[in-house]
Amino acid sequence: MDVLKILAIVGSGTVLLLVVELIRRGRLKERYSLLWLFAGGVLLVLSSSRNILEYISNRVGIYYPPSFLFLLAFLFLLLITLHFSVTISGLSEKNKRLAQELALLRQEMQELMLDRTDSKKSTDE
Amino acid sequence: MKTLIIVPAYNEEESLPGVIRDLRGNIRLADILVVNDGSKDTTARIAKEMGVAVLNLPFNLGIGGAMQAGYLYAEQGGYDIAVQFDGDGQHLAGEVEKLLRHVREGNADLVIGSRFLEQGGYSTSVFRKSGMWIFSTILSRMLGMRVTDSTSGFRAANRRVIEFFARTYPDDYPEVEALVLLHKAKLRIVEVAVNMRERTGGTSSITPLRSVYYMVKVLLAIFIDLLKK
Repeated sequence: MDVLKILAIVGSGTVLLLVVELIRRGRLKERYSLLWLFAGGVLLVLSSSRNILEYISNRVGIYYPPSFLFLLAFLFLLLITLHFSVTISGLSEKNKRLAQELALLRQEMQELMLDRTDSKKSTDE
Repeated sequence: MKTLIIVPAYNEEESLPGVIRDLRGNIRLADILVVNDGSKDTTARIAKEMGVAVLNLPFNLGIGGAMQAGYLYAEQGGYDIAVQFDGDGQHLAGEVEKLLRHVREGNADLVIGSRFLEQGGYSTSVFRKSGMWIFSTILSRMLGMRVTDSTSGFRAANRRVIEFFARTYPDDYPEVEALVLLHKAKLRIVEVAVNMRERTGGTSSITPLRSVYYMVKVLLAIFIDLLKK
């Protein structure tokens, strides 16, 4: 076993274990972990089996098989950040709506309180 | 017809009292709503003391989110017409009737008050002028109508537009983009010549570099809008 292979296995294995542990502790929601688990799994399989890695590399036309691992890792990261951008966009939209609803509610409440003090005044008089 | 004047205000403690007095003096039978977009000064207190309805946003949403809050209020309050009127004193309450007339008569769903439709004395920097010229040219093509003042925030909307904006309103620099959205929804837009006050005190927040950034961003947003389903 060459050092690079061990490094790759340890690397992807650590990512997998870390993600699983984060889910177990409830620090990471399942829906955000799927991509991570998938990426870790694929990278682990490819780094532990030289045959599959070399076969795919040859088919794609990559002469140095480990660089295929880097390419794949890079693409996964790209995908994950894109996923984040989509998620953040959704969150900021919801955040905006909440702020607007809050302002509307506060206004409504103010109006109700004014009505109440007004009617109180008129009954007092 | 039940009419609402929406006044978006971000740190406008100096101009707001004048704006509200101007509106009260010139327009009867309309409610005034100040949307305080997370101001750090006393805008909220001033609006409350002057006895107008106030929406206090918990933090700064930007003009798009603030304006939409106003439209949500108009939608829920059952208003037939909503007028956008800047809190910085640039718009003149005496000109509101010109917009309202067109909405009441059903000439359009959205009426824009334009500074440039008639040759007036309104002057602005060369940078802004060229930027506005580019917008106008592109928008006129896109909308199939002449648009002279696409960035004007002086507008009147009927019930259909109120309901549309309550659902969908652009975020960052919404004036131009909103027109494209309305056009795509087959709502009718019309421009009316109005006078506006030129900025007297202070400096414009729009520097040359920013206006280029603004232009690129808005143009991008417009083209993306066209691509959306």
